[in-house]
Amino acid sequence: MGGHWVPNESPSIVQLFHAIIDAPLYHLVVEGLLLIWVFWLIFRKSYNPKDKAPLTEKEEDDLIEEWQPEPLVPRNSPSFDPDHPALNPRIIQSKIGKYMVVKGRKCLNVSTHDYLCLNEEPSVEDASVKSLEQFGVGSCGPRAFYGTAGHVHVFFEERLAKFLSCQEACLYSYGFSTIASAIPSYSKRDDVIFADAGVNFAIQKGLVASRSEIRYFRHNDMDHLLELLLEQQRLDEKNPKEAKVTRRFLVVEGIYMNTGDLCRLPRIVELRRQFKVRLLVDESISFGTLGKTGRGIFEHYGIPNSEADLITGTLEYALSSVGGFCVGTSFIVDNQRISGHGKSSSGYCFSAALPPLLAAGALAALEYIESSRGIAAIERLRRNCLLAQVEWGDVPGMELVGDAVSPVKHLQFKDRSENLKDDSRALQKMVERAEEMGVALTSACYVEDEDVCMPPPSIRLVVSSALDDGDIRRVADVLRRSAPRPGR
Amino acid sequence: MKEDAMMHISMEPSDLKHMKNGLPLTMNGVAATNGEVKYRGHEQPVLNDSVHPAFPPPVSSSAAQPSSHLCESHDEMFEEPPLLIAFFTYVGYAILVIFGYIKDFYRKIGLVNHLQTTDPREKEGYVPLYSSFESFYTRNLYRVIRDCFNRPICSVPGAEITLKDRVSHDYGWTFQFTGTTTRCINMASYNYLGFAQNSGPCFEEARKSIHQWGIGMASSRNESGTLELHVELEKQVAQFVGKEDAITFGMGFATNALNMPGLVSKGCLIISDQCNHASLILGARLSGAAIQVFKHNDMVSLEEVLRNAIVQGQPRTHRPWKKILIVVEGIYSMEGSIVNLPRILELKKKYKTYVYLDEAHSIGAMGPRGRGVVDHFGLDPKDVDVMMGTFTKSFGSSGGYIAGSKELIDHLRTVSHAAMYATSMSPPVIQQIITSMKIIMGEDGTLEGQKRIRQLAFNARYFREKLKAMGLIVYGHKESPVVPVLLYMPGKIACIIREMTKEGVAVVGVGFPATPLIESRVRFCLSASHSKEMLDKVLEKIDVAADLLSMRYSRLHPYNKH
Ligand SMILES: Cc1ncc(COP(=O)(O)O)c(C=O)c1O
Repeated sequence: MGGHWVPNESPSIVQLFHAIIDAPLYHLVVEGLLLIWVFWLIFRKSYNPKDKAPLTEKEEDDLIEEWQPEPLVPRNSPSFDPDHPALNPRIIQSKIGKYMVVKGRKCLNVSTHDYLCLNEEPSVEDASVKSLEQFGVGSCGPRAFYGTAGHVHVFFEERLAKFLSCQEACLYSYGFSTIASAIPSYSKRDDVIFADAGVNFAIQKGLVASRSEIRYFRHNDMDHLLELLLEQQRLDEKNPKEAKVTRRFLVVEGIYMNTGDLCRLPRIVELRRQFKVRLLVDESISFGTLGKTGRGIFEHYGIPNSEADLITGTLEYALSSVGGFCVGTSFIVDNQRISGHGKSSSGYCFSAALPPLLAAGALAALEYIESSRGIAAIERLRRNCLLAQVEWGDVPGMELVGDAVSPVKHLQFKDRSENLKDDSRALQKMVERAEEMGVALTSACYVEDEDVCMPPPSIRLVVSSALDDGDIRRVADVLRRSAPRPGR
Repeated sequence: MKEDAMMHISMEPSDLKHMKNGLPLTMNGVAATNGEVKYRGHEQPVLNDSVHPAFPPPVSSSAAQPSSHLCESHDEMFEEPPLLIAFFTYVGYAILVIFGYIKDFYRKIGLVNHLQTTDPREKEGYVPLYSSFESFYTRNLYRVIRDCFNRPICSVPGAEITLKDRVSHDYGWTFQFTGTTTRCINMASYNYLGFAQNSGPCFEEARKSIHQWGIGMASSRNESGTLELHVELEKQVAQFVGKEDAITFGMGFATNALNMPGLVSKGCLIISDQCNHASLILGARLSGAAIQVFKHNDMVSLEEVLRNAIVQGQPRTHRPWKKILIVVEGIYSMEGSIVNLPRILELKKKYKTYVYLDEAHSIGAMGPRGRGVVDHFGLDPKDVDVMMGTFTKSFGSSGGYIAGSKELIDHLRTVSHAAMYATSMSPPVIQQIITSMKIIMGEDGTLEGQKRIRQLAFNARYFREKLKAMGLIVYGHKESPVVPVLLYMPGKIACIIREMTKEGVAVVGVGFPATPLIESRVRFCLSASHSKEMLDKVLEKIDVAADLLSMRYSRLHPYNKH
């Protein structure tokens, strides 16, 4: 425009006015025409295949009439197989402990994750009855809204944090929802999570819920993890701006539910430091079973808990109650108590608090673990695990996978048939035969279409501290006798 | 009866004589109230002394004729705030934000320091864990009123509740117990039918079951975690809600989150109410299906979304959707509204979709027989495909269920993530449900269940009407036991909770992000265990607080008409 226009300096209204007045007429004409052209470009009806003539109501009605939805239960639902094990579950007629009664028969139990047999511990029972007398059963509200039982939830959290030498603990009302809620409360869209390909299903769901980018490394393969981390590093160097806001997480299990393996924690901690990823460890199985005093995988390897950013665990296995927990620094754990974050995924904020009697039972169980009896039980458990590894490994046609010190072991076929279903069925038969011989086993169940890392079909054997050497040998004997004949 | 209801629902909102200041009232479900409370059906038998003659219980006397109040089903109201109030609310937030920045500045220069705000890893060069906005909000806004949440209790959350007193010496970062307690009337817990008890049949049976079964299961349902007790519970739940079969889980939240993926998947569409619970949203997300949202309880909006979805098909490919699932709740716990189920079932039939109904708050609490919203509207449970509910509320226990046709439940047993991987329910928790449900069904041979249902219905109506008469803006349906009262300004949340606690009433306050930014509210949950005297006492305290905090915003009331 006119000569008064000084770039980089915002013109005052007066200056602008002068500029217009000073401009020669042809300028104004040309600019006016340009302006009209621009308006025409903006407002003309552009050709858009989408808004061809809208449908008439009649046409819409016809389309709606035409539409045939699929049935709610998919035609290929596994439930149409009447022999599906889920439709014919084992029905237990007694308290679950060292033994359980099935169809009137007393069976030795190597199928439930009650590693220390605390479901039969009188002090746990007493504590939960006492809590029942004070609080009743339900909490009738989330933790934030008067669902927090002072003597129970708060004490348990303090006690647990102290037990694991962490600043803070928070208690969930369901084991499954613990890690599944914890992951998305930190990792968001555009963040990156490195996860072991063998992680359990709850973790997988947490990963999906976070909507972050997931990079699976081969189960327990540290070289592959290193490879992925290096790849990420290269990416980060290319986009330093993005790298500055992309949070990175590493998710592993202490003992893997699906394989019975221990994670390679020392190497993982090294990599965490080197690449500055935040480490989340699910100690569902390892809590209460590994380490001299049952403090878990970190104690087992002699590494301080503070190396992990967040440790999650469950009250449902070693503590023999219901619920789950997260421990870590206050900075991290406190975040889960606040509803502002991850509105859609927090099972902590948007669910009723754990019934006080269950928390009280877990508290008594934790006290038991801390006592000398508990330490002795953990020692016995370790011995049993080692013995079982030897005794149960000797089943013709089958192999026992899992770490020797792990209380969870998988018995699977050495050579698998093409069809997973055949193997599963053979194992199901084996479970039934063992039951008749007085040993309760279970085959590991998976949602076949959804599990990203479907392990091969197996019998999941669980060692508990209540077994003695004779029991372990008896189980070995039953395993050998009930195993499918070669050729199945 | 049905046509009657239809006529009412399709009526124009012509009755706008209450529109004083030119601002419209949002009325859901389109039916309009004209202020007077109208009861249909027969004269109600007076059940006990506490039933006020002016407020007869709304339920009809016999189960055979459950739908006598069908036509009033949707006079539910969401009055909008006066403009000025909305404006001041925003100003309030602005002030809070300014102070937040000042506090952050102090933190930055090291004047104040708290464990919860210092990330040990950040110094080592890690990417900050929280985005700046969300942590700003919790650090500076939520923290200031943190004493109002997570208050520990040391009694049953029954009609009354005992709070453990605590103090904070560092402005809400940490708390210490003082050793004293405060006894309050409990208007906060979801104890609708008063089964949160530490005496009586439920308690006795639960105790017995701990001795008999222990508390842990340590296995999933499909592996080695099915007791006879689980089977009994599922049979009973199916019978209670009127479906062929049911499946139960240890947590209501997980029931939604982990079962929806078994029902819909990629290529399917979930049409979800705007105010649906977090667990439903999570379930929808985990399922991989597409999600579309309709305006809260707005049937016009729902139909529009439905039509459009079927006509347009999937985005980009325009393939038809495999199936469409409408996901709604029975009672919305933040709005106090009741789903317009009759209309939804009509739409369902018209558009061949499926319906997933979450009855977390309504099961036990609604309907003349306590069977939830289906019972309340006198509809046939067969028409609702998936009936979900929780045991945490009316049954005073924990866990959730899904009830449906045998085919559907069998399907879920084989594909449900929760049945496969999550630990099964604890025995005392199950026992509490079985016993309380038997009482509701009258199988214990007494009228206790009926009495509780009627008392709750009376309490809900009475309390709501009285609050409205005070000139407060009360959201929701007039028969809903969840009664939210609007405060608008976030600062008032803390004020009313502190004030009411001092006066011996425990209440819940909620603000952003659980509600829209300017719609902070205080929520009252009625219970059958509240006596009329208790409610009168609470109302009296609210009346005082309403003056103190100038809460009388409603322009529907003569109080504010000038
Ligand atoms: C609609 C709805 N669904 C599910 C839940 C979760 O139930 P629970 O507390 O048993 O986990 C709630 C509870 O707040 C709810 O309101």
